[in-house]
Order: sequence, then C-alpha cells, then structure tokens
Amino acid sequence: MRQTLAVTALNIKSIPQRLGMSLATVMSVALVVAVMLGFMALTNGFAATLNNAGSEDVAIILRAGSQAELNSGLSRDDVVLIETAPGIVRDAEDRPVSSAELYVVVDGIKRSSQTEANLPLRGVEEGAERLRQGFTLVEGRMFAPGAAELIVGEGVGREFQGFDVGSTIRLGSNVWTIVGKFSTGGTVFDSELWTEAGVLQNLYQRGASYQSVRVKLDGPEGLSQLQDYAENEPRLSLDIITEKQYFADQAVGMTRLISAGVALAYIMAIGALAGAWNTMYSSVDARVHEIATLRAIGFSGGSAFIGTMLESLMLAAIGGLVGAIAVYVIFDGMSASTLGGGFTQVVFSLSLTPSSIISGMILAIFVGLFGGLVPSIRAATVPLLQVHR
Amino acid sequence: MNLYTLRDLSKRYSRGGEAVTIFEGLNMQIAQGDFIAIMGPSGSGKTTLLNMLGGIDRPSSGTIECQGERIDNLSEARLSKWRAAHVGFIFQFYNLMPTLNAAQNVELPLLLTKLSPKQRKEHIATALDIVGISDRAKHYPRQLSGGQQQRVAIARAIVSDPKVLLCDEPTGDLDRVSADSVLEMLQLLNSKLNKTIIMVTHDPAAAKYARRELRLDKGRFIEQESAQ
Ligand SMILES: Nc1ncnc2c1ncn2[C@@H]1O[C@H](COP(=O)(O)OP(=O)(O)OP(=O)(O)O)[C@@H](O)[C@H]1O
Ligand SMILES: [Mg+2]
Repeated sequence: MRQTLAVTALNIKSIPQRLGMSLATVMSVALVVAVMLGFMALTNGFAATLNNAGSEDVAIILRAGSQAELNSGLSRDDVVLIETAPGIVRDAEDRPVSSAELYVVVDGIKRSSQTEANLPLRGVEEGAERLRQGFTLVEGRMFAPGAAELIVGEGVGREFQGFDVGSTIRLGSNVWTIVGKFSTGGTVFDSELWTEAGVLQNLYQRGASYQSVRVKLDGPEGLSQLQDYAENEPRLSLDIITEKQYFADQAVGMTRLISAGVALAYIMAIGALAGAWNTMYSSVDARVHEIATLRAIGFSGGSAFIGTMLESLMLAAIGGLVGAIAVYVIFDGMSASTLGGGFTQVVFSLSLTPSSIISGMILAIFVGLFGGLVPSIRAATVPLLQVHR
Repeated sequence: MNLYTLRDLSKRYSRGGEAVTIFEGLNMQIAQGDFIAIMGPSGSGKTTLLNMLGGIDRPSSGTIECQGERIDNLSEARLSKWRAAHVGFIFQFYNLMPTLNAAQNVELPLLLTKLSPKQRKEHIATALDIVGISDRAKHYPRQLSGGQQQRVAIARAIVSDPKVLLCDEPTGDLDRVSADSVLEMLQLLNSKLNKTIIMVTHDPAAAKYARRELRLDKGRFIEQESAQ
C-alpha cells in the first residue's frame, strides 16, 4: 500500500515533465464529457418538456394525414360532429369538455440574441385550460371573449421580450394587450401565446376554420369509442391520437438528433482514450529507468501497475470534472429553444441531473481505465535489466 | 561462513538465433563480510553476474544460494521481497529519482518495511550521517555533485540494513577525489558495519580498496593476490 502510494506520487510528480501532453489528455476528456453532458442536458430538458406535455386522457383530433397541427384544417361542421361523439367527457351541463383550436405563427424577439424567432399564437375555446394539466394563471387574468387580448406562457416571458403583463405588442398588423401569464409547469404550452379562437379567426381571416380539436377522453375506452365513431361517420376524415402520442411523434426528430450527439460523444471518447493511452505510454517510457530502479530496490510490479493506472485515472477524472463544471456553468438552468414539430419554438430548460453527471464521470473513468491499461501493464513488466540504462 | 554459494552456474543468451555463452559451469563461494572487486574485460559478464547475485537476472542453469536459500528459482513476487530485505544496489549513474530530494530517495527502501514515519526519519538521518551528507538532505539530485549523488545512493542502499551491497562501477562516473572518498566509504561499511560488498570495476586503483580481486575472463575466475 505504502509502496503503491509512493509510486503513484512519483508518477504524479513527474507530470510537469509531460505537462503539455497531460493537459491535452485532461482537455480531451473534458471535451468528451462536456459534449456528452451537453447532449444529455438537452435530452433531459426536452424529455421533461414533452413528457409533461402529453396527456393520456386528452385526444388531439386532426384532419386525416396532416401529422402536425399546422398542416391540419377542420371546418365548423367537423367540430360540431366531433363534439357529439361518444368517448368524450361531458360536464355538468352535458357539454363536451373540448376545445377547437387554431394557431398561427408570429415573430417575437429573443432576449438572448435579439433575433426574431417563431412563436405559436393559439386560439382556444373556453375550457381549453381544463385540457392542460397543471394549468395555472400566474399573473393577471384570462383574455376576454372577443377582445384582442393575449395570455402568454411563462417560457415566452422568459425567452422573449415585450410580453410583460399589462403591455401591448404589435404582432403582424394587429396590436394585442397582454392581460395574463400562465404556466403549465414547463410543458410545451408554456412556449405559446393564447387568445380566443374566434378573435384569431377574425384577425387572421380564417373564417370558421380550425386546425385541431382537443377533447377529454372518457376513461380508457374513450379513445377507441371516438375512433370508431369517426371511422363510421362518412362526413369525417380524421386522425385521432392521444396528446401524449402526438408529442412523442413530434419529438422523434429531436430525439434522433440528441442520440446522434450522445453517439458523437462516445466516438470522441475513443479519441480521448487513444490520447490517454499515448500520454500514459510516454509517462511509462520516460520512467522506464526509474521503474526498473524501484523494482530492483524491491518494489512490486503491481505497485508500478497501479501507480500508472492511478495517474491515468487521475488525469481522466480531472478532465471529467472540468467538462462537467464547464457544462454546468454554461448550460444548467439555461433555456433552449428549438424548432418543434409545428416549426415553432419549443422552449425548454436544459437540466444537468446528478445521474447524467455520474454518467459523464463514468465515461471519463472508462477513458482513463482503458487508456491506462496497456501502459500500466508495460510499467509492471519493465525489464529489470533496464536499471543499467 | 559463506554468504553466497554458486553451483555449476551457466548463463546463455541467444543473439540472432545463435546461443552465446557467458558462463559455463561456474562455481563460487562468497564469504560473509568479504569485499570483492571483480575486474575483467568488457563483455566478460561482470554485470550479468552481479545481476544474478542481486536477483534481478536468473541463470540459465545451476543454482545460487544466499544464506542457504535458493534464489534462482523464486517467483518474481518473492524475489522482489528478497531483494528488498537482503541487497542494496549501487549503480554507476546513481539511479536517483530526480523528483525526490536526497532524504526522500533514501526513504524509498523503507517504504517496503513496516517502519513508522518516525522510525523512517531516524533511519534516514542515520544513513545520511554515515555517508556524511546530512546537510544535503533537502537537496534534489540535480543540485548535487556526482560524488554527493553517489553518497545519497549509498545511503539508500544501506538504509534498510541489507547484508550485501552490489556495486556496478560505483566510481565509473566520478573524478579521482570523489571516487576515493566513495571507495573509502565502502571500505568503512565493510569493516565497521560488516557489509559484504561485491564491486565491479574497470579501475585497478578502485580494486585496491577491496579485500580481494577476482578477474573474470572467458567465463572463468582468476584470483589475484589480495590487496591491502
Ligand atoms: N539481455 C541480453 N541479451 C543478449 N546479450 C546480452 C544481454 N545482456 C548481456 N548480454 C551479453 O552478455 C555479455 C556480458 O555482458 P555484461 O554486461 O555482463 O558484461 P560486462 O562484463 O558487465 O561488460 P562491461 O564491462 O562493458 O560493463 C556481453 O557480451 C553482452 O553483450
Ligand atoms: Mg557491466
């Protein structure tokens, strides 16, 4: 034990002689871990947003084949037919719990970059908030029917400027008053602006058309009852899926991108591993004579192995920490926005979870372990006759 | 009393597929407390012999006993422990760790013992005192002259109190004055502390410090008349 510590200390003391290489190893591991954690933070944040967004007991109804809300179109007649369908929860007055909605894309100015970015402006019907779990009005009041009033999601307020409650904002050719701010607990709706559907139809010349209907499903059979009804109703041609499924479908592209990022981190890890290997090989190379001398004095081959391995692990662990700290400083808590399924911005928080930090450190240790393995074996088997140089 | 007994010792290397014999059927005894100088032409196998006595090389055949224990067939791990307990090496180029100061270099063999830090300090102080370099304990090898570095190396070799000191050209890199003082030191370690010393040297003047000189030539020993 003592001899192992001594050998390790000797290794570490000699690092300044290979400072450039050792630093390069630390930095390459840091980069790998940073890329991995960066993408994991994206994954975590994105997953949190979309998972919260999707509700199992809400169905989203679109025109058949439209895939996303933006491409869909439903007439007033369609909506009326849908609202009489079975499988939908009805309230005390026997009205279906549903909201026919449409949305348009408007431009907002991002606080961070001062550039324009897309924002969805959604027209909803009374009761839309009952179809969003965790909906709360955190400031102000709801928009009044028929008025050019908006309530804005929390994410919009955070990421975009000019949406403070009480202020007015010009979007396209219309001026709107912001009367309230709502939160759905970090879901995708927090990136939206809401007004009354009728107002939006008017101001944007949409006549009586909608793009989607959201309904509250009545129990586990609700969805299939609704689907059966729509299939047997020749006047309707619809796609009906749960909202959860809808968001999962929308998320596929983004998830793919993130997976590619994590894969990239693994490929980079192989590069870092080669770097660590090379550095440790030089470390052993530079100290063959020292190691042989220690062995002649009576130090074990095992201590030479562990000393080299610990040096490698130490460099990798430092790299891992540097990478994690960098990602933490740059990313954690930051919001990112991205093109969501409807070509609009989905705002979500990047979050660096303890478990992803642990994964990053494991990757770093893995790099150190496998990069150091062969050099360590070489250190343990340095020929004793090398003492004579 | 014999410290070493070598029986029918052979050492062969294969060089380019061809076997080269360094020794063949070498028999030899080394008494406890002896101070032997081994001379001989370059390539005659002096270093090879020293390596085998010190357990850092093995004979091709034959046996080496040290204090009645066979060392030629010990496992690597046991041989490491044996070296730590029984021999001190002194090399031509000192083989000090450049990143450790004199005291830390001397401490290395003690890290293989069960001594407490305090006991280690005492042993280090004693060893540095014996070689007369206590005032340089905190100096690093590059801050010391060749003679001083060799003294540190000697302190390291004796600090764990081994029976045998194996020296390969210990003065090969030193000027006459430094060489003489190192050789006097070895003589002192032999006469006062009863260390058995086996020293390889090219220098006839150095060999005169030993109790006896052996000439190694073509794998055979020729004893010279004793010095002193
Ligand atoms: N690992 C090895 N492989 C092959 N041949 C070797 C090896 N080590 C030593 N030899 C050969 O064994 C012979 C003896 O070498 P050794 O180093 O013992 O000689 P030496 O007497 O110490 O010489 P010098 O006075 O030059 O130090 C030499 O011919 C050398 O080339
Ligand atoms: Mg030699």
